[in-house]
Amino acid sequence: MTILVIAEHDNKVLAPATLNTVAAAAKIGGDVHVLVAGQGAGAVAEAAAKIAGVAKVLAADNAAYAHQLPENVAPLVAELGKGYSHILAAATSNGKNILPRVAAALDVDQISEIISVESADTFKRPIYAGNAIATVQSNAAVKVITVRATGFDPVAAEGGSAAVEAVGAAHDAGISSFVNEELAKSDRPELTAAKIVVSGGRGMQNGDNFKHLYALADKLGAAVGASRAAVDAGFVPNDMQVGQTGKIVAPQLYIAVGISGAIQHLAGMKDSKVIVAINKDEEAPIFQVADYGLVADLFEAIPELERLV
Amino acid sequence: MKVLVAVKRAIDPNVKVRVKADGSDVELNGVKMALNPFCEIAVEEAIRLKEKGLASEVVVVSVGTSAAQEQLRTALALGADRALLVETDAVLEPLNVAKYLSKVIDQEKPQLILFGKQAIDQENNQVGQMVAQLIGSGQATYASAVDHVDGQWVVEREVDGGSQVVALAMPAVVTCDLRLNQPRYASLPNIMKAKKKPLEIIAADTLGASVKEHARLLGVVPPAVRKAGINVGSVAELVDKLKNVAGVI
Repeated sequence: MTILVIAEHDNKVLAPATLNTVAAAAKIGGDVHVLVAGQGAGAVAEAAAKIAGVAKVLAADNAAYAHQLPENVAPLVAELGKGYSHILAAATSNGKNILPRVAAALDVDQISEIISVESADTFKRPIYAGNAIATVQSNAAVKVITVRATGFDPVAAEGGSAAVEAVGAAHDAGISSFVNEELAKSDRPELTAAKIVVSGGRGMQNGDNFKHLYALADKLGAAVGASRAAVDAGFVPNDMQVGQTGKIVAPQLYIAVGISGAIQHLAGMKDSKVIVAINKDEEAPIFQVADYGLVADLFEAIPELERLV
Repeated sequence: MKVLVAVKRAIDPNVKVRVKADGSDVELNGVKMALNPFCEIAVEEAIRLKEKGLASEVVVVSVGTSAAQEQLRTALALGADRALLVETDAVLEPLNVAKYLSKVIDQEKPQLILFGKQAIDQENNQVGQMVAQLIGSGQATYASAVDHVDGQWVVEREVDGGSQVVALAMPAVVTCDLRLNQPRYASLPNIMKAKKKPLEIIAADTLGASVKEHARLLGVVPPAVRKAGINVGSVAELVDKLKNVAGVI
């Protein structure tokens, strides 16, 4: 068995979710190859070659792959992927965008967002907003799988010495083009990789009040998240949303501030190791999943918490 | 131009699901069903495109059992012009659904095909992308804005770090994210009118799609239950617990 892992990157830096995906590949067993498709992504290929347990890196460098357009990347992955037993990508917006196209090109179903590997053909994945865990067995010739990063501890980023092999294949479907992008700038750790996450909800009342959470987060070295209510109310941008329709996080510590705890939000954070809820309403459902609950006015509790930690 | 919207009958998002006692699946008997919320957003977008004069006809299509007619009527009440049901009792595997839909697209020839980004039951997030591959068109997943400029669909997408804009040749597949729009409610007169709108039933096996079984569901379990937490009386006590008991800060 040989497994192809699609590297997640921005042409400059290898994203941490790739390490969790390689960990899932290692659980399946067999040689692990990593594909870096991009433009000017030499540094990413070098970083991928250093990942512990990676046997080979395939580097496809072409202008057609610069923005990970699925119309161009999927045919490349499908072409290379025919020789593999499994094709894995992280369940990031890129992975989820590209891999179903790959699966359709190979005439197989995809298995989405696995959280555990039972055997080479059997996997566990959450369904119904995480309210049930399904075990599925795939009979596909090539198993195409997206991996929920929080389900697997990352492998070491250093220690490997894989060979980097250039892939010449260039696919440009010519039916889509990149126009522009706007990425939120943040010096704080990336939400899905942070050890501590501080999240605010509707109880924050306005965007300006998030400064209290930023101050606390900076003291803790934490990332800042938000509930859908806070995003919809315009307090913070939508890439901060934690939940079924936002990001799935599983940090060591999750501090939910002014968040009631709707099932759609819980789906994104209930696998955190320790959950703290700070809320005025002692009936809020968030207290049912919290390890430590504090019924208090957040505008008093948060500054005090920042002073004491 | 014509817009096709694919919709799914799924569990009502406010229902708390239960796993069956024998662990074979979740319990869906007697559970309230609804139009998948992301599909509602897709229908709303199609109707807005029609109201803007960009779309001339909005066709909704669903793959599933006869019961899905209820959700197609809902879409008709929201403003769709006609509906198609690809009827099958089989388990709805994403690639099979995508194959049926691509056959329907071959017949209907829409210039835009809208999907929800995922169904809230199986949470696969695959069918839109698969259809785009099967019909050889471009795709824009997780759309937060859709526009038509110079013969192309220009779509803003929600991505992990922020937002991205892509341009797609026609026909194109767009899957809709939560922030694309706020779906309207169906008015009573429109619900009555929807009963008279055309709803065509197509037997799935007449479409000539090469479907097959790809995976087996071996069982379903409830998620691990978190052990009960405690309430603390003060911020100082919270900090003490986090430092000395949980050891996380």
